[in-house]
Amino acid sequence: MINGISINMYLMLSTVLFIIGAVGVMARRNTIILFMCIELMLNAVNLLLVAFSTLHADTSGQVFVFFIMAVAASEVAVGLAILSMVYRNTKSIDSELLSKLKH
Amino acid sequence: MNNLIILLPVFPLLGFLVNAFFGKKLNKQISGLVASLSVFCSFAAAVAVFIQLQNTEAHAVTVNVFSWINSGSLSIPFEYLVDPLSSVFLLIITGVGFLIHVYSIGYMAHDEGFARFFAYLNLFVFFMLLLVMGNNYLVMFVGWEGVGLCSYLLIGFWFKNTDYNNAARKAFVMNRIGDLGFLLGVILIFLTYGSISFQDVFPNAGTVSTGTVTSIALLLFIGAMGKSAQIPLYTWLPDAMAGPTPVSALIHAATMVTAGIYMVARSNVFYSISHVASETVAIIGLATALFAATIGLLQNDIKKILAYSTVSQLGLMFLGLGVGAYSSSVFHVTTHAFFKALLFLGAGSVIHAMGGEQDIRKMGGLKGKIRITFLTMFTGTIAISGIPPFSGFFSKDEILAHSYEHNKVYWVLGMIASMLTAFYMFRMLFLTFYGRFRGSAAQEHHLHESPPSMTIPLIVLAALSVLGGVLGMPEIWGMNNWMHHFLEPVILRQVPSTLSHETEWTLMALAVTAALAVIYLTYMIYRRYGITPALREEELKPWQKLLYHKYYVDELYEALVRKPLDALAVVFHKFIDLQVIDTIVNGVGGFVKSTGSAIRLIQNGHISLYVVSMALGLIGIVLLTFLV
Repeated sequence: MINGISINMYLMLSTVLFIIGAVGVMARRNTIILFMCIELMLNAVNLLLVAFSTLHADTSGQVFVFFIMAVAASEVAVGLAILSMVYRNTKSIDSELLSKLKH
Repeated sequence: MNNLIILLPVFPLLGFLVNAFFGKKLNKQISGLVASLSVFCSFAAAVAVFIQLQNTEAHAVTVNVFSWINSGSLSIPFEYLVDPLSSVFLLIITGVGFLIHVYSIGYMAHDEGFARFFAYLNLFVFFMLLLVMGNNYLVMFVGWEGVGLCSYLLIGFWFKNTDYNNAARKAFVMNRIGDLGFLLGVILIFLTYGSISFQDVFPNAGTVSTGTVTSIALLLFIGAMGKSAQIPLYTWLPDAMAGPTPVSALIHAATMVTAGIYMVARSNVFYSISHVASETVAIIGLATALFAATIGLLQNDIKKILAYSTVSQLGLMFLGLGVGAYSSSVFHVTTHAFFKALLFLGAGSVIHAMGGEQDIRKMGGLKGKIRITFLTMFTGTIAISGIPPFSGFFSKDEILAHSYEHNKVYWVLGMIASMLTAFYMFRMLFLTFYGRFRGSAAQEHHLHESPPSMTIPLIVLAALSVLGGVLGMPEIWGMNNWMHHFLEPVILRQVPSTLSHETEWTLMALAVTAALAVIYLTYMIYRRYGITPALREEELKPWQKLLYHKYYVDELYEALVRKPLDALAVVFHKFIDLQVIDTIVNGVGGFVKSTGSAIRLIQNGHISLYVVSMALGLIGIVLLTFLV
């Protein structure tokens, strides 16, 4: 029990968030949405890490979360920069159009 | 003395290295000088070793150079053995070799591959020395293969000519057939006696069954057949005349081709034990002697005549080995080295004078134009024909006397072979030096005696051909047959001669009479009636054609061996290679290509598909972990 809420609740919320993120990545074509879905998946994992860290009274899970957040922030910085370059060149952020490297 | 023995083969090796790596930078005189001097140093060392050997008690010196192969029960040291047998060969190789090196300086003077020639020649001397100095069969085998390589390189020395290259390849392949027999023999020796060192094998030779000894002896003899050009592996030697003449003199007459004789004489104990093997050696030798001598009768190429004469004389030596006259055969090797080297070098001098012409039908009347060459070759011809007191008479007579003792039929056939020798040699002499000149006017104008570097070796060899007989003069001539006694320690099972002096005199008288009669007959045919061989083939009678074409043996081998092999190769090419192997290889390639182009469609560049497949894959892995 963490703050009166069962660990199962945390697990379920995390799973739901992760599945929303994963399905979003698979189904959507808007690159901004893809980014948001990736963030959603990362934060689902973060939630899980923090929940278990508190449950087991072990801070290393929370340290991990800090790292993940830092990496996610820098990834977004680079990703959005790429995205703005893509938009400048193609006037679109549709991921389906970016398939020139397939051959 | 040990240091001298180790140094002996090193000199020619150094000469080889100098000429092989710096030959192009050195001028011709220096490179010829280096090569000749290195062999001369070896000769000096060989003489010193020979003299010291007389004073040693055991008559044999073994020198361990280094431990070569050490693996489990197999231990093969790199050892030299100098005993009477190898010291005789050392003297022949380095002595005659030195003279031929000197001769080559003159003969090859105008050749662009001068340094290369001397490099090969030095390398040959080095390997030949290894061959006779090795104290076990493996060191001998290294030398054996090495001289084969040098022979190949020197036959194909003028590599721009395809025929010469083919001759070189023929020699190499023929020798490989023999080498396989030799190698199998050595392996069988190791399996039987557990060692391949001479001092371990020979004393114990009689401890195993005669059948095993016979197999060893016959396998070794197959090696000797290849190297010493015996039936059925002799056809390479006449073709080997494609090489420069000094090579023919050194490798294909005086030294390398006697390696087979050396090997059989070294392994004499096997042949003494095995009656079957020694009879085989005698019969093959005799057959070769007769066969090659009859071919020699009608050849027109001066070098081919000498080549068939060499094959025939080698046959006589094997006859000697077969009837147990090992020391007589080695004696004949010695005298043969003198007079056959002389004859080949003389032939080279004639070819030099004729500007490259080798056909005796286009020569004639050279006697006055090239006096020294004529006189020395005349000496050589008498020596090989067996007229006393020239060297060839004594050695040949000794072999014939031993075969008379062994089997009278062998003696009769041997006599016929030696009469044929006298015939073709004098035919060559008369056609080359007597009568009128039959070549072109340009050739006649070009005629000149060779430079001193060529004539001096001729004179030295002529002197040796005259005096060489002293080495083994029989007791009835008031000498003590030094060669025979010198070689005694090497021959483990002596067959004492029981011929009475009267019989020996009779045999000698018969041999001399026969030789003189044949020479008279030759004189009548080629001088009195002045017959010259037909220039066109159509004029030959059928039997002459048969001899001229060497009994069509080459054509027979072609039909029996080469054609079936070619046909087999075509079958393999058409069916196995093109149909089976190519189908498999192309099939594998085609399969990979078609699957690749099918699977390629999955990589369509859509991120969502990649993510879906990744997610499905992950789910699959997770499920697998939980279910299994």
